[in-house]
Amino acid sequence: MPDRKFVKGNEAIAMGAIEAGCRFYFGYPITPQNEIPEYMSAHLPGIGGTFIQAESEIASINMLLGAGATGARAMTSSSSPGISLKQEGISYMAGSQIPGVIVNMSRSGPGLGGISPSQGDYFQATRGGGHGDYRTIVLAPSTAQENYDLTMKAFDLADEYRNPVLILGDAMLGQIKEPVVLHPYQGKDYDRDWILTGCAGRRPRLIKSLYLSEGELTEHNWKLHQKYQSMKKDVMFEEFLLDDAKMVVTAFGSVARILKTSVKMARADKMQVGLFRPITLYPFPEAALRRISERIPSCLVVELSTGQMVEDVRLSVNDPTKVEFYGRPPGSIPSPNELLSEIKKAYEKLIGC
Amino acid sequence: MKQVFKRPESLIDVPAHFCPGCHHGIIHRLVAEQIDQFGLRDKTIGVASVGCSVFMYDYFDVDVLESPHGRAAAVATGVKRSRPDNFVFTYQGDGDLAAIGTAEIIHCANRGENVTVIFVNNTVFGMTGGQMAPTTMPGQVTTTTPFGREVATAGYPIKMTEILATLGGTAYAARVAVCTPKHLMKAKKVLKTAFQYQMEGRGFAFVEFLSSCPTNWKMDSIRANQRVIDEMIPYFPLGVYKDVAAVEPESPADE
Repeated sequence: MPDRKFVKGNEAIAMGAIEAGCRFYFGYPITPQNEIPEYMSAHLPGIGGTFIQAESEIASINMLLGAGATGARAMTSSSSPGISLKQEGISYMAGSQIPGVIVNMSRSGPGLGGISPSQGDYFQATRGGGHGDYRTIVLAPSTAQENYDLTMKAFDLADEYRNPVLILGDAMLGQIKEPVVLHPYQGKDYDRDWILTGCAGRRPRLIKSLYLSEGELTEHNWKLHQKYQSMKKDVMFEEFLLDDAKMVVTAFGSVARILKTSVKMARADKMQVGLFRPITLYPFPEAALRRISERIPSCLVVELSTGQMVEDVRLSVNDPTKVEFYGRPPGSIPSPNELLSEIKKAYEKLIGC
Repeated sequence: MKQVFKRPESLIDVPAHFCPGCHHGIIHRLVAEQIDQFGLRDKTIGVASVGCSVFMYDYFDVDVLESPHGRAAAVATGVKRSRPDNFVFTYQGDGDLAAIGTAEIIHCANRGENVTVIFVNNTVFGMTGGQMAPTTMPGQVTTTTPFGREVATAGYPIKMTEILATLGGTAYAARVAVCTPKHLMKAKKVLKTAFQYQMEGRGFAFVEFLSSCPTNWKMDSIRANQRVIDEMIPYFPLGVYKDVAAVEPESPADE
């Protein structure tokens, strides 16, 4: 019998983190992600871990930076306005090549916005967010199960690339309650020849992001760039009913999940449509999407924003003029019927009949 | 012949980049001496801040982590919680700790994080060219107070040691100077205690050093040193403001 638990999406993240060996959590309260710090505060002390409710999001991310520099598996979580505050630390972690996992169970903005689900943080997550020419790996789950699985994966990717990894969910994925199958973490050992432990038996180590000497920063940035390019081998995506499709619907996260139902409804209405779901938003699965677009040029992008990921889709496909977009500001979650009618409109326009 | 003075082993033998008359070099040496004396070199993790102090990693022969501006106390929290058996200290200026890093230092102290903080107060943002810091003296001319600091609009020099001494998690808070041999000897004693307390797990230990900045004060080294005595010490009284292990509280202005 698999070990199934009926849990909230936020709890699944916390459980995945602990299973992956995360023993340090630093956070600050913000809706709709509070179940993560609450779970961590209850479970970490009993297993020798550390939970700190910090004075700010800024302090949280810098505690993550400090713990990460010692090689500890550590995590912070927040929601959109709090993630904005963490950008400084994320930039420093990227520049200093310090691993860490940052969860954004995003809400709607701009500003204080609201607590409803939104996909308006796509740009912030995939374009760096903080200052400087850097990238973070961004994972976009669409179920509580994926919250659990991808959180474990996030720790591996962070250690492999010595880079911050973001998990971009939303209020729906945080608050939804559904069964999650638990399974043991199976990771490997990562290079630890850079962590700070005190210099006993070796030369002192320095972890920094300041490079002032002529040419030094250029070289550092090229090195980072090569690392970001190498992340492409870890691209993840899902294809759903694409074999005979005449139109591909592209979406991520909770919207992609709703669209699966709409796509099946469209199939029942004799429309040959399928779904392409990026799971890594950075690196974006551009090569896979291009290959698909060579076979199926017609594409509809759906987002719970007025259009962010659609830019990456248009950059990836063969013919951007065949890309339609449906998006709207957050406030409520689109129903399968609402999205079905948008599929119909795009299908009629691009395919005819 | 008996050797009475040598460079601490924890201090790398390179020429310092600090301006002539700056106290950073002296303070570096005092910190390195304590690292040596307690035999901590191979278990120390230093946290560098932003400002002239960031280059501590060019001088201290220990593991160093560079922190974002003002966040050293939060970074040190992450380091120390993960590595409780290491000796962890931050080295921060007044622009860093008392301006942008105020929240981080207050809450690090209040949680009683078992770290040692070296705070160098020279009443000015040094590295950026001499702008007003929260510690700038009333009337002091800086590049952003060209008519002198006007307290009515720019506020008063902030007394971090006094503030931190009020917090429950603070085990030790003291202010020292290095402008005369007598002050320097006292500073050594205070610093030793601040190291000792971390190793005894007593909690947050804080040492504020009054320092000169001849370049940005636009003074020669001797006049700048004298300014510490004439202007800074009267406003920022020296002494131990909190000591959880003290039998009788020491008078703050015991100099």
